[in-house]
Amino acid sequence: MTNQRPDRIEVYRFNPAVTVGVVIASLILQAFLPVKLGFFRVFDLPLIVTIFFAVARRSQVTGCLTGAVIGLLQDSLAHQPLGVFGIAKTVVGYAASSLGAKIDVENPGSRLLMTMGFYLVHESIYLVIARGLVGLDRQWMWGHELRNAVANAVLAVVVFAVLDKFKQR
Amino acid sequence: MENVISRFRNTANLIVLAAVLVLQVVGLAVQVKRPAEAGSTRLIRVWAISVVTPLTRAVVHTQDWFSDTWHNYVWLRGVRKQNEDLQNEIVQMKMREVRMVEDANQARRLQLLLGFKEKYISKTVPAQVISTTGSEFSRAIYIDKGSKEGIATDMPVVTPTGVVGKVLHVYPTTSLVLLINDPTSGAGVILEKSRLQGILKGDVRANGTLMLSNVMSDEKVEVGERILTSGGDRIFPKGMLVGTVSAVGPGQDLFLNIRVKPATSLSKLEEVLVITKMEDRAPDAVASDAPIRAIDILAERLPTVAPPPPGGEGSANKTGTATAAATTPGQKTPAELKAIPKNPTQQAVKPDVPKPVKAAQVTPTVKEPETNKEVPRQ
Repeated sequence: MTNQRPDRIEVYRFNPAVTVGVVIASLILQAFLPVKLGFFRVFDLPLIVTIFFAVARRSQVTGCLTGAVIGLLQDSLAHQPLGVFGIAKTVVGYAASSLGAKIDVENPGSRLLMTMGFYLVHESIYLVIARGLVGLDRQWMWGHELRNAVANAVLAVVVFAVLDKFKQR
Repeated sequence: MENVISRFRNTANLIVLAAVLVLQVVGLAVQVKRPAEAGSTRLIRVWAISVVTPLTRAVVHTQDWFSDTWHNYVWLRGVRKQNEDLQNEIVQMKMREVRMVEDANQARRLQLLLGFKEKYISKTVPAQVISTTGSEFSRAIYIDKGSKEGIATDMPVVTPTGVVGKVLHVYPTTSLVLLINDPTSGAGVILEKSRLQGILKGDVRANGTLMLSNVMSDEKVEVGERILTSGGDRIFPKGMLVGTVSAVGPGQDLFLNIRVKPATSLSKLEEVLVITKMEDRAPDAVASDAPIRAIDILAERLPTVAPPPPGGEGSANKTGTATAAATTPGQKTPAELKAIPKNPTQQAVKPDVPKPVKAAQVTPTVKEPETNKEVPRQ
């Protein structure tokens, strides 16, 4: 990761159709792929998409709103109260856009580390909300979470590279 | 000046973040206080499901069409050999079946004598799994049948190999099925040999592991023992296979920590059966043409029957089960059957060989040929 002056960091925009299409595609793939590929359950495509848009746009308001919408949509498909993923992804969206506004996260190495970190943040917020607010019986397992964080980070590098093609200056 | 603008912008951003978070926390609190699906969030969920499930349904059905075409019309290598093997297997199974049908008839007659009424599966609806919930923490699936096909909440969902879960929420064309390995799930079960009862649920670590709880630590549970539904939860019919014990260890408090291997591969489900109708009725004792229930085949035996014959002499067996086992005829009238426990030692020991039962009758699905399509093995 390289520290740059904010006025030198490029801010990208996206076609609204691309934004909506990518978000819906991530939700559909996340719901469908585990039916055929059981291991895909460990991935969190909507989280990766949230981080990507937040980092690329570098706007904290847009980042947190994008995270909130994606999280709430993900909640609505799961059998849990609306807001559990919503809150976690809101915070991640805000933090990712804040990070993106300060440092350059364009190279694969920085994207890998950034996604790993945000995955762990996301999971810890989810756990706090699930246990503290909703009363769900969930446990934190370091080995499991770290393994999933690495898997998501590797997938994120590939997904970011694909989504880079939709960026507009 | 730049600093002031920047500071103002940061404050505004933080206010937006706080507002979004507070809104969601308040929404969560409202949902936790009231049941989540009571109606307040149903509209949002229906919208999301309406966007996602038609696409996943289309993908699944298209893929199945190509797969069926390939396997049924193109890739037929080894089918002849497989056919021969299956024919041999059928012969072996028919030989075993004769003995098992006899046991099942015996159990049914004894149940009749004791006035037992049990739930019979009388109608099922086959369904295709079209998607998951997309969350690692939520062990649930969406199927392509909903209220339009007669699906309702709390209906049990099974496969030919075992129990899958129950219907949690129903939408017009889809339903959400909570799998038995979800931490919020729960099913009343019984261990086949030791007859110990417990509650089956998913591990709280949400890794998809099945755990059997509420079994005291001084009980003996063997690895490999089969676990069946007990029927105590009033959702799953009694006697359906759930899984086998895969590990036993000391748990918290006074209970054992029993890990269960599910009979059905819950992470690779493609087709399932929703049991849409069950009937309470007494078993038919002599109707050999009546459908044979899966639970009979699972050798669900009764512990005791009527008291021993007067005098007790000449009766080597003390328990009703053992007595009946030695005196069971094949096809008898109800009047003859009622006489069985009263005079067990005088009954003919040689049983009649019952008629072979069609394979379709052995499965849990009976009647309703238009809805009871066979589901391919997982």
